[in-house]
Amino acid sequence: MKKNMEKNSMFKKLVLTSAALMALSVPSANASESKGVHEIVDVPFSFEGPLGTYDKASLQRGLMVYRQVCSACHSLKRVAYRNLEALGYTPDQIKTIAGDVTVMDGPNDEGEMFERPGRPSDRFKSPFANDKAAAAGNGGAVPPDLSLITKARHNGADYVYSILTGYAEAPHGVVIAEGKHYNKAMDGNVIAMAPPLSDGAVSYEDGTPQIVSQYAKDVATFLTWAAEPELEHRKQMGVKVILFLCVFAGIMYAVKRQIWKKVH
Amino acid sequence: MSAGPHASQRTPFQNPVIEWVDQRLPIFTMVNKEYGVFPTPKNFNYFWNFGAIAMFMLVTMIVTGITLAMHYAANTGIAFDSVERIMRDVNYGWLIRYIHMNGASFFFIAVYIHIFRGMYYGSYKAPRELLWIFGVVIFLLMMATAFMGYVLPWGQMSFWGATVITNLFSAIPVVGTSIVEWLWGGFSVDNPTLNRFFALHYLLPFVIVGVVFLHIWALHVTGSNNPSGIEPKTEKDTLPFHPYYTMKDSFGLVVFVAIYAAFVFFMPNALGHPDNYTPANPMVTPAHIVPEWYFLPFYAILRAINFDIGIPFTDIVFFEAKLGGVLAMFGSIAMVLIMPWLDKHPVRSARYRPKFRVALLVFVVSVLALGKIGGMPADAPLAHIGSFLLTTTHIAQILTLYYFAFFLVILPYLSKRERPLPMPESINDAVLQGQKSDQKSEKCCEA
Ligand code: HEC
Ligand code: HEM
Repeated sequence: MKKNMEKNSMFKKLVLTSAALMALSVPSANASESKGVHEIVDVPFSFEGPLGTYDKASLQRGLMVYRQVCSACHSLKRVAYRNLEALGYTPDQIKTIAGDVTVMDGPNDEGEMFERPGRPSDRFKSPFANDKAAAAGNGGAVPPDLSLITKARHNGADYVYSILTGYAEAPHGVVIAEGKHYNKAMDGNVIAMAPPLSDGAVSYEDGTPQIVSQYAKDVATFLTWAAEPELEHRKQMGVKVILFLCVFAGIMYAVKRQIWKKVH
Repeated sequence: MSAGPHASQRTPFQNPVIEWVDQRLPIFTMVNKEYGVFPTPKNFNYFWNFGAIAMFMLVTMIVTGITLAMHYAANTGIAFDSVERIMRDVNYGWLIRYIHMNGASFFFIAVYIHIFRGMYYGSYKAPRELLWIFGVVIFLLMMATAFMGYVLPWGQMSFWGATVITNLFSAIPVVGTSIVEWLWGGFSVDNPTLNRFFALHYLLPFVIVGVVFLHIWALHVTGSNNPSGIEPKTEKDTLPFHPYYTMKDSFGLVVFVAIYAAFVFFMPNALGHPDNYTPANPMVTPAHIVPEWYFLPFYAILRAINFDIGIPFTDIVFFEAKLGGVLAMFGSIAMVLIMPWLDKHPVRSARYRPKFRVALLVFVVSVLALGKIGGMPADAPLAHIGSFLLTTTHIAQILTLYYFAFFLVILPYLSKRERPLPMPESINDAVLQGQKSDQKSEKCCEA
């Protein structure tokens, strides 16, 4: 028995030492590598946590911000207008939204390409014909497609929020090239996107404050939905699946105990 | 009918249909023999669940994989888009993809624990060497399959990971470059590469099924090892597989699946890299190219060899650093393969080998630490010790040294020198001893 206890404490020591080793070896890659700051704000979003859902009003405001501001430069090509039903719009409203753009279609029976108003089945219209055109219009930098942006960056929605609110005066001694901007969240602190938001730039009809931080929060929510439209469904299903598995495991354990009772 | 070669071993079945089939093909007799009454040591702990769990994961990967393949397009122009269509437009496509994506991780988790179990309780020793070798072959095939699967969504990490890893073969002297171009089917990772990776990614899991069959066949010849490492001697030492272990395995499996499900539904991308949600772009190199987490210890070993290997203080070089790294990486798995011949100690279980036990647990800690380092940039500064700058690469080198020393020095040394603790006479005695000294930590794992 004593020997066993010794064995135990040795095992514990090993576990503790390894835990300590792991903790020590973490001085994060970012901190040691890139000079400058990397400020990511932790925003409380409604869709976080295992029971999180999207705030529909925020999604609708975020769509407004995207359409009135970001869509001038950024595409959203994996989202279709019909998907906006998830934001609480009626089919008629969606038709109106889609109809706001003109898309190239064809060829028709005469072999001609023609223009027509957008339909719900169309994907969001891109501002530029291709990456070259996008770069030419933005001083050489391509504004990335935003359909997956929250999944394509560490810290997702928090990152988008932090980029949009992270503009500041460059610290003393830091020289920013013509057409570039200092940003506290961007890797390397230099971004080619001019601050896209300013207070009052988009008018909200529901009395929500019309300030940059609110716009940023709403558009980050909207872009999270654009990247993960299945999120609510996934989490709701997950709760049921996990509950079922826990109950099932409990029953299995009881049966196993019963069967093994006679053994030894 | 009764004249066949198997007739003498067969007990007739009650059900006439089953009996009819079994007379002609004794498959029910076989299943009953191998999974019904199969005598199994009665002292398994929960580490023995992971074989069944790995099996479940393999089936899960094949079922979800075939479903994905019905919607996936292996062409560099549309591969990324086709995966996004699966995520958005295919009914429950997101679920199938997340099950497959996280399934690869949980398959590796199960197999790593399974391998650790084998090491700790000496399951690799005679007469189970071949069984062990089949296991290592499965592990290698899994690595190849997972590597090629990760290329399929054609994101930034897919492309750059494939580029870095295939380039390793260029370290082979003389024919290296030709081999790499042959693997690529061109002069860089491109459409032909993606196409063949898809073909192989579809094929290899079925090869794994074949080797798993051999693995289990070999297992049923030697019988299972057990936590005491003592072979069963009398009937008192064993239990029929069903219902005892079918029930215990099912319970363990459900717990494992619950944890797996938590990832699939609540943090499906936690184990992945965000860069893979940006379409592959050969013109833009990501800041850090990192493989999937389950490759990180080997990646760290690869990068640890950043010096040429030759005769010190001369210009004679046997291996360039790059080749040295590749050899070390493959060598690290070769060590596991030949473990039965490195450790010749007559006692199997680490329970009765206190020194081996410590050496093995330190080994596990160093593999975990190598994984940690593998995910960090090479040569990243960690601390100043006087004027010496300690970097991640130094830590990786020390850990790699221990990795190889464990196999090549410690195991052979302990084989000769280690005095085992007194052993119980039989499994039954081991169980009774365990009960008497009702000792906490062990109890949690005992049936
Ligand atoms: C005037 C054009 C323009 C507008 C309007 C604009 N952006 Fe950008 N955006 C860019 C450019 C150009 C880049 C590329 C910056 C770079 O690579 O340095 C960019 C980059 C980004 C990035 C990626 C940063 C990274 O990590 O690479 C995000 C996120 C982003 N924009 C969000 C938005 C949002 C949200 C809006 C609307 C509120 C918006 N942008 C409006 C031009 C624009
Ligand atoms: C040993 C079993 C298997 C392992 C370890 C494995 C592993 C992987 C991995 C790591 C990915 C990348 C996931 C991602 O990041 O998106 C992937 C993708 C894929 N796998 Fe498998 N896989 C296995 C079996 C199969 C089988 C049998 C098929 C059937 C054809 C298959 C079809 C696919 C397809 C089509 C993709 C691309 C879609 C996607 O990226 O999600 N897999 N696999």
